[in-house]
Amino acid sequence: MTPLHEGRLQYLEELSNKIREKIIEMLLAAGSGHSAGPLGMADIMTAMYFHILNHKPKQPKWPDRDRLVLSNGHICPVLYATLAYAGYFPIEELMTLRKIDSRLQGHPHRGALPGVETTSGPLGSGLSQAIGIALAAKLDKAKYRTYCLMSDGEHDEGNIWEAVMFAGKNKLSNLTGILDRNNIQIDGYTENVMPLENLVAKYEAFNWHVLEIDGHSMPELIAAVSEAEAIYEKPTLIIAHTIPGKGVSFMERDYLWHGKPPNKEEAARALKELRTLGGRIRSEHE
Amino acid sequence: MLNPELKLNEKLFDADVEQKPTRDGYGTGLLKAGEENPNVVALCADLTESTRTEAFAKKFPDRFFEVGVAEQNMATIAAGLGISGKIPFIASYATFSPGRNYEQIRTTIAYNNSNVKIAGHHAGISVGPDGATHQATEDIAIMRAMPNMKVFVPCDALEAERATLSAVKISGPVYLRFAREKSPVITTAETPFRPGRADIYWQPSGNGKKADVAIVACGALVHAALLAAKELEKEKITAYVVNSHTVKPLDEDVILKVAERAGAVVSVEEHQVAGGLGGALAELFAKHRPIPMEFVGLNDTFGESGRPDELLEKYGMGRRDIITAIKRAMARK
Repeated sequence: MTPLHEGRLQYLEELSNKIREKIIEMLLAAGSGHSAGPLGMADIMTAMYFHILNHKPKQPKWPDRDRLVLSNGHICPVLYATLAYAGYFPIEELMTLRKIDSRLQGHPHRGALPGVETTSGPLGSGLSQAIGIALAAKLDKAKYRTYCLMSDGEHDEGNIWEAVMFAGKNKLSNLTGILDRNNIQIDGYTENVMPLENLVAKYEAFNWHVLEIDGHSMPELIAAVSEAEAIYEKPTLIIAHTIPGKGVSFMERDYLWHGKPPNKEEAARALKELRTLGGRIRSEHE
Repeated sequence: MLNPELKLNEKLFDADVEQKPTRDGYGTGLLKAGEENPNVVALCADLTESTRTEAFAKKFPDRFFEVGVAEQNMATIAAGLGISGKIPFIASYATFSPGRNYEQIRTTIAYNNSNVKIAGHHAGISVGPDGATHQATEDIAIMRAMPNMKVFVPCDALEAERATLSAVKISGPVYLRFAREKSPVITTAETPFRPGRADIYWQPSGNGKKADVAIVACGALVHAALLAAKELEKEKITAYVVNSHTVKPLDEDVILKVAERAGAVVSVEEHQVAGGLGGALAELFAKHRPIPMEFVGLNDTFGESGRPDELLEKYGMGRRDIITAIKRAMARK
């Protein structure tokens, strides 16, 4: 994988900010949905679809494509917005999120929308599906890689740990997990609801290679993904430390923004912050 | 009389009829499926021998995945394989799969429309001494209610093999239900197996198409239904016995036809009467042709430990119970 040069990095960071704006607009239009997780994962999602993944948006079923499985389906606004900007479907369609007859279901559904690899929403099932996809690649001697984006909160689920055990046992080096470590879930902070730490030691104990990155640093993510590709005989977990609600000051780090959308006034404030990078630049919309 | 066109086992009423568990048919069918199609893979949750996955695992070690005692993981890994060109068969006891992993099957296999074949073993009360925890008696209801899912309940080991092989050719999720205990082999190598078609195994002799009752059964109790029909011949009661091995989609044409000719119906299954084959039939008749109907199955109760024959008798699914139900249904005409 090629490293990011300065100009490209700036372009991608501007793009991820645009995706954040779109997420706010989508959630406002939908009137329901999750805010904090999608904003926190915008940088990772942008880096995945615009630099890391080997894919063809105009051929969503291209057999050799890298697979991205979104396990915590509730953050799908960021997946949908990124897929649209990548060219999988028209950007205008994003505003149909959660509405009747829309291809943008409240939680992602395979087959409903180009680019969505699996149906998800009920938590804890994505890593196993990614394992199934990675096993199929090994059986077919295919070169594609499988990435599974997971939340920290869904690590309360037993199914996840069953999957972690299986991937370690089977040395699935073509599988990379990316864990959104934003420390919040619906009922509060993860370490209060159900302590997850020490995640590094836990995954390592199950024969995974574990890396930790700043989840808002695209160069760090790209370097970690490159390292994962070079690790043989083990799956890799990248623990991405992110800020939930990233880019919108009043949403950042507040678990109360996990599962609700902004109202009209909040959306306006959020968009202004995003468009001015928190007041550091002037918005073209002013 | 037995339907001569279906070439059923001529010895099926004999005391020394060959007996085999339907799970054996899964084992031989899975092995043949693996030989015929390189995309067939198998997963098991620490029950490789008793689910008869062993032969496949030995012959195709690279295409067999042991997931340990983790039915949720088994279903979801299979979901990933099934959307990636593979045809995974997953096997465990039906109380655990689709029992324990219902939601995973619903979301990642059925709604996801992944090409996974789910083998639910040790189904029904005839599991015996293990007791009610291991006797799956709601699995047909659970799987039948699920969109995209097809449901097969084979009547003997041969039909079980054919159902397993036919599942490979069906695109999308399939549920196959198997029993632990030996049961009489009813069919032969010449008996056709047509997914989605119900077969008339027993019919009135002579040219009269009318009968006193139609028995619609699935699974190993098809044999008990045939015994009941044969015994009633002595009392000049004429019957149809239909093997509805495909519980979903139901063969509406054949079932409505025999129901019409008989005017009374009895459902027979080793399952709760709520939501199983009987439930499916009742839905069909309520919609197209209301008809007196009696249900043979478990009546909203769990089983217990015991010998299979003792349990079937105690819980009202023996030959005597079928005969009683037939007479009740006829009296309601």
